Amino acid sequence: MTVTPLGMPRRLVEVTLDGEPVRVPEGSTLLDACRAAGKDVPTLCHGDTLTPKNACRLCMVEVEGSRTLVPACSRKAEPGMEVRTGTERVRHSRKIVLELLASSADLSTTPRAAEWIEEYGARPGRFGPDAARLGEEPRIDNELYVRDYDKCILCYKCVDACGEQWQNTFAIAVAGRGFDARISVEHDAPLPDSACVYCGNCVEVCPTGALSFTSEFDMRAAGTWDESRQTRTTTVCAYCGVGCTLTLHVQDNEIVKVTSPHDNPVTHGNLCIKGRFGYQHVQNRD
Amino acid sequence: MDLHFGDSKPTDDERAAVDALLGPPQSAWEGADRSDQDLRWARGGRAVRERRDLLLPGLHAINDRVGWISPGALDYLCRRLTVPPAEAYGVATFYSLFSLRPRPATVLHVCTDLACQAAGAEQVCAQAESRLGPGSGVRIERSPCLGLCERAPAALAIRAGDPVRTAVAAPAGAASAVSAAALPDAAPQEPPAAAAAPQTSGSGPGRDRLLLLGRVGVADPESLDDYRAHGGYTALRRAFALGPAGVIREVTESGLLGRGGAAFPTGRKWQATAAQPEQPHYLVCNADESEPGTFKDRVLMEGDPFALVEAMTIAGYAIGAHRGFLYLRGEYPRALRRMEHAVAQARARGLLGEDVLGQGYAFDIEIRRGAGAYICGEETALFNSLEGRRGEPRSKPPFPVEKGLFGKPTAANNVETLVNVLPVLTLGAQEYAAIGTGRSTGPKLYCVSGSVERPGVYELPFGATLGELLELAGVRQGLRAVLLGGAAGSFVRPDELDIPLTFEGTREAGTTLGSGVVMAFDDRVPLPRLLLRIARFFREESCGQCVPCRVGTVRQEEALRRLAERTGDAADDIALLREVGRAMRDASICGLGQTAWNAVESAIDRLGAYA
Repeated sequence: MTVTPLGMPRRLVEVTLDGEPVRVPEGSTLLDACRAAGKDVPTLCHGDTLTPKNACRLCMVEVEGSRTLVPACSRKAEPGMEVRTGTERVRHSRKIVLELLASSADLSTTPRAAEWIEEYGARPGRFGPDAARLGEEPRIDNELYVRDYDKCILCYKCVDACGEQWQNTFAIAVAGRGFDARISVEHDAPLPDSACVYCGNCVEVCPTGALSFTSEFDMRAAGTWDESRQTRTTTVCAYCGVGCTLTLHVQDNEIVKVTSPHDNPVTHGNLCIKGRFGYQHVQNRD
Repeated sequence: MDLHFGDSKPTDDERAAVDALLGPPQSAWEGADRSDQDLRWARGGRAVRERRDLLLPGLHAINDRVGWISPGALDYLCRRLTVPPAEAYGVATFYSLFSLRPRPATVLHVCTDLACQAAGAEQVCAQAESRLGPGSGVRIERSPCLGLCERAPAALAIRAGDPVRTAVAAPAGAASAVSAAALPDAAPQEPPAAAAAPQTSGSGPGRDRLLLLGRVGVADPESLDDYRAHGGYTALRRAFALGPAGVIREVTESGLLGRGGAAFPTGRKWQATAAQPEQPHYLVCNADESEPGTFKDRVLMEGDPFALVEAMTIAGYAIGAHRGFLYLRGEYPRALRRMEHAVAQARARGLLGEDVLGQGYAFDIEIRRGAGAYICGEETALFNSLEGRRGEPRSKPPFPVEKGLFGKPTAANNVETLVNVLPVLTLGAQEYAAIGTGRSTGPKLYCVSGSVERPGVYELPFGATLGELLELAGVRQGLRAVLLGGAAGSFVRPDELDIPLTFEGTREAGTTLGSGVVMAFDDRVPLPRLLLRIARFFREESCGQCVPCRVGTVRQEEALRRLAERTGDAADDIALLREVGRAMRDASICGLGQTAWNAVESAIDRLGAYA
């Protein structure tokens, strides 16, 4: 039997979303409130298992009385707040953020990026052909996952997952400053020389596909990656007694990726190297 | 955490530099040779990790001694402090004064920022480069504002060693810059701090009415006795007589507003910090003066360092703090020496320490050096920097008065703000509030530079007009524009000199007082180049945390380059600048991104640049 911890009962806070009153539990963010009200607020750096970093600035909304726009992902709902999510000011800010991102990074594997660019009328090409781009090549220095920093939007999620929020390994950090900032291990060394333990939890939280499992990276390169042909099978990892829930992503009878449900109370989406990558024996047919 | 180290070993020099700061390692867990004891006990843990704030001083120690930070040195420092090497690498690469690659022991920082650019810095730089080739043992770096604008163009030479040596050449010619770099010890003495404050020379009009600069050039900045003979420590005595709540009441009634740029009421900040039940409380003095064109805090610290020590003690007493941090800009070697000396003197005489003035109040000041990052002047970025993290701003709320340094209630004040507390207490709130205007009370320091005869720091009561100030400084013929508030401020026209210099007056005029920068440009300075320099400044100083600023400042610079070089459609580029600028202002995390477009916008709208 699964026991769901209920915690202390929470008071409700009433805010106004685009003129409509919405009641959310105390401590909820504006993003929670928006989603509860069925409003689609785009997010990139927000992770359901991580503390909001509010770095991408895509989820900005207008709050009455605030000089600037505020990030919905991290601002807590306060009683009486008047929030507007679709004003011209909000849409302008989202449009520019999308243009800035798409003109500097490769968003081709970012879910929903193309849809948002369309929705907000963003034209990333207007900064001209000489607009500075990240200009990074994929780093293939180990057998398990690939770091393609040309797709990195510097959302900090991998750093937080690797460090104090989940894995406690601290193999990666943001290095450099400004536009030259990159996710890096110490001295920009290859991954095998670093503290990385190959849990893959950074890949799990990456919103753009900058981090991908080698299996997925190779299949995308070969043009054979097709999520519509994949099935998901939920099972329990057999390696140790913790009992992590695994989701096996299978395409053409081959396991192509292993994840874990983010709402699972054991894993919160995290695994270790064995659960994440140790599946070859399953498909060993000799 | 499970630390992983490479095979690189520190050199003896690097190890000695770190050990000089942290003491010798206690066990193999900290990098000493392994003994039998180490096999029985694992040392480290929380006690060591809580020393994380020593990471930045440790990086300074290595960089000062060797000139760069090698993998072995970084690993050793990480072992000593139980910091993951990846994080330390991220921190070290954040600051422009550190190098993670080998470089010559001497670095010559030639300021190419606004005032220095207008004074011919590029030429100095090019000539110095031609004389100091690859084999010279000197690396030349183009630097953002060095805070020596009254003596533009300026250059700062830093030679690594034990001890590290510095020399300032300002005004710099190629010859003086090269000799400062070649022989820092033989460089001529800098002029006294008073030379940067023209009102303090001789017995000029109003000399005795100066409240903030009064002791500059009068009292010996290295003598505590002289400081006391000139009225020093009367304010602290009054503070003890009033009690903490009395001090806060006095400061609140004085109407003192923060001088760092945000103009927040100081009394309210102190009240909010003092009222927090969580302990301990911290005081942070923001002396990371990096806004291009600003040098008032340097003059105060160099000319009257004990005043800041006294003011910090009063602030600490009022908010209930027992530790104060002075975060001092890394490019201010003389201010650092003066402040270190003043703190040591005050400590030796019982004016800092366990029992300040025998009143049973314990307070001490730690000086921490910045390492070349404009963003660390933002208070929450400054806290992160002090804590040994990358100097990235935090999102607010929570505000520092609630969760500041080390997550504790913190009052962060600018140097000038704190020094204003002394006249508030010696004159009394009423008399202090009578100075200036109703909503901007007290005296204000202005950093006047550029096209004027007598550049320097000027003290005037709030309410003087821009024209009066420029007249005092001897503005030259052919004034084209005045930049108020620095790179984050805005330009005004020569026909707007009747703007009253008050927080409300500048706001009504659609500009800002900011940190008190008043930079005059004559018609010989090409405006598009100036704007391009401002844009480059923001591009280089953006921390990179949020998208609008990280990429927006790049796109802004690119558009301004096209405009300066006339390689695109000007109207398109101006429209693009407006759109990106608006998003930066609306959606950036901190003031850097929010203001990165201010000066450019004002140049387009008020000066008609590119018209």
